[in-house]
Amino acid sequence: MTDRKIDETTGTETTGHSWDGIEELNNPLPRWWLWTLYVTIVWGIGYTIAYPAWPMISGATSGLLGYSTRAEVAEDIAAHEALNEGLVADLNSADLSALAPSDDLHRYAVSRGASIFRAQCSQCHGSGAAGAVGYPNLLDDDWLWGGDLASIEYTIEHGVRNEADFDARYSQMPAFGEILPADEITSVVEYVVSLSSPDHDSGLAEMGSTVFADNCATCHGDTALGDREVGAPNLADAIWLFGGDRAAITKTVENARFGVMPAWGLRLSDEDVRAVTIYVHSLGGGE
Amino acid sequence: MSTPKLYAAREPIFPRRVSGTFRRLKWWIMFVTLGIYYLTPWIRWDRGPNLPDQAVLIDMSSRRFFFFWIEIWPHEFYFVAGLLIMAGLGLFLFTSALGRVWCGYTCPQTVWTDLFILVERWIEGDRNARIRLHRGKWDLRKWRLRLVKWVVWLLIAMATGGAWVFYFTDAPTLARDLFAFTAHPIAYATIVVLTMTTFVFGGFMREQVCIYMCPWPRIQAAMMDPDTLTVAYRDWRGEPRGKQKAEGLGDCIDCMACVNVCPTGIDIRNGQQMECITCALCIDACDGIMDKIGKPRGLIDYMALSDETAERAGKAPKPIWRHVLRPRTLIYTFMWAAIGFALVYALFIRSDIELTVSPVRNPMYVVQSDGAIRNIYDVRLRNKSGSDRRFHLSLISEEILRIQLEGKDGMIIVDVPADSTLLQRVYITARTQDPASSADTTDLRLWVEDLETGDRASRSTTFNGRVQ
Repeated sequence: MTDRKIDETTGTETTGHSWDGIEELNNPLPRWWLWTLYVTIVWGIGYTIAYPAWPMISGATSGLLGYSTRAEVAEDIAAHEALNEGLVADLNSADLSALAPSDDLHRYAVSRGASIFRAQCSQCHGSGAAGAVGYPNLLDDDWLWGGDLASIEYTIEHGVRNEADFDARYSQMPAFGEILPADEITSVVEYVVSLSSPDHDSGLAEMGSTVFADNCATCHGDTALGDREVGAPNLADAIWLFGGDRAAITKTVENARFGVMPAWGLRLSDEDVRAVTIYVHSLGGGE
Repeated sequence: MSTPKLYAAREPIFPRRVSGTFRRLKWWIMFVTLGIYYLTPWIRWDRGPNLPDQAVLIDMSSRRFFFFWIEIWPHEFYFVAGLLIMAGLGLFLFTSALGRVWCGYTCPQTVWTDLFILVERWIEGDRNARIRLHRGKWDLRKWRLRLVKWVVWLLIAMATGGAWVFYFTDAPTLARDLFAFTAHPIAYATIVVLTMTTFVFGGFMREQVCIYMCPWPRIQAAMMDPDTLTVAYRDWRGEPRGKQKAEGLGDCIDCMACVNVCPTGIDIRNGQQMECITCALCIDACDGIMDKIGKPRGLIDYMALSDETAERAGKAPKPIWRHVLRPRTLIYTFMWAAIGFALVYALFIRSDIELTVSPVRNPMYVVQSDGAIRNIYDVRLRNKSGSDRRFHLSLISEEILRIQLEGKDGMIIVDVPADSTLLQRVYITARTQDPASSADTTDLRLWVEDLETGDRASRSTTFNGRVQ
């Protein structure tokens, strides 16, 4: 090592590299640092053998340990489901109407139901369950087919007017546009408006009341309070599924409008149906 | 030409025993900091039933932090953020006033290395004996001394790793489980990792952790200024150095005492260096020598760069307090104290009843069949105490509004179990004839009252009327 170069100013050895006359001082790294680098390289190679790493044409190498994030998620989910097994069994056997809101089972059902609702029901009923035109609001106290736990459960289980479930709730309003003359429709609409609004033509409504009694009262009732047996809406309250102004009511009378709901019993497990039942019942309108 | 060596083995360092003011101070700091670290988890604190009785406990699984009479829940994480800001500002303050005082006295790496060197000295002897042993053959004696030393280090390291896990669960229970081999694998894994890091960092890596691994020595350069007090050598007094008897020499007799005691193996007489952790042991070493040769102390001393010119000219340096008390340190102190007071204030005004009211805004309101307008609110009530509490809810507003609770059949009383949060859906309704049903918004205030203690808390919120 006779040709070692020493920098005069600092007295430090140089690496012998020189750029434009500027020489690089040699301040050696500790040797363990170098060994650490080698260890990480070896570790890195081992890691790519043990774990999924190298991209291939379809997918990646699977790794000797057979690890996969998917499998880990599946395990986590299975572990949580195992933890909830007792609650699920209780939920399936419990008398829903006997559950107090402070019960653990009730709270579990509400949170389970809420997540199912967001995934399955919110597309029509809205994420806040406030519904939309043609899709019932589940927060209010007005129910087409009944708002107690048993009725809600039946509606969710079998759905409404679907063809998949023989037991689905079913009813059909005739399209009165093809049955009644236009002036009778105008008068019956005025009668329906008069039931909930003081702002109406009482003479016309008086005429409409006879038309109503002849054609509508069978389902909607003599006093127009509706009939849950056939899902006939209450026409005397402040809630309208398809709109409560004259134009919207006329359209409904002429064409008949009603919604369809899938039979969730065919798609969801029993406990999920029961959880959604509890959740919907707890939103404010439960009876 | 031959390639220069780009990698070097560690130069072993054998710090000599020293005594003096700073060494004494460091012993005390080591005693206190290690004492706090090892013993804190064992302090008991009675919180009544249902709550842990460990004074300091970080309960990860139920997301609680207990510190004596203080209990922090996750939503109060700003206290931790505030403490971290205070720690940051504290580090700025101490670095601008006293340089790397954290490194030299309280950094765990320094404290444990100091402890490990103490053990080394007890077992293998002082500097010269250790150098002889290092150079000597691996005979029976060397094996015996080394093994004894490593075993003692390992025991200390295990105690260190062991103490850490006690902060996270009930210490006596965990200690029993650990010895019965029934504790959670994570506890054992944590102990093993911390034992190994303590053993390797304190026993073998030592100053290399500071020089090659720690970012702080680099950051400190940006934080020190000419008024910062740091350990330095008065070269104008000491140079030219040489044996005492010679003529025309400075006070430095080149005895190497300062180099021999240095735990990072540097020569402070070369000026400020990145390796220097300002542990001040060289001050103690030099002062001892100066006393022996009858020269004034302070050849190596805490001093500020700004005094150099004055001192070279033979004038007295500025008094220490004028270096420490300057606008920069005062501003840091003020900021640090302001955040500290704010945190303490926030701690004391924490309501005994924790209540949050979040209006459900999807939808803004619900029309009932009789035309009434209903708003929905999610009310969260936290019960931090160890016993169940019963609260009464009510509302105050200038308009007529009615309150109802979900699932309560007209009752406006809720029970919150011990150490838990209750989410209660609250309905507030305005009838068609009430002005609030058609007003854009109506202010209201929700009150809760603990039926047993009479404590009250409230939150204001708004009621939305029907969109016209």
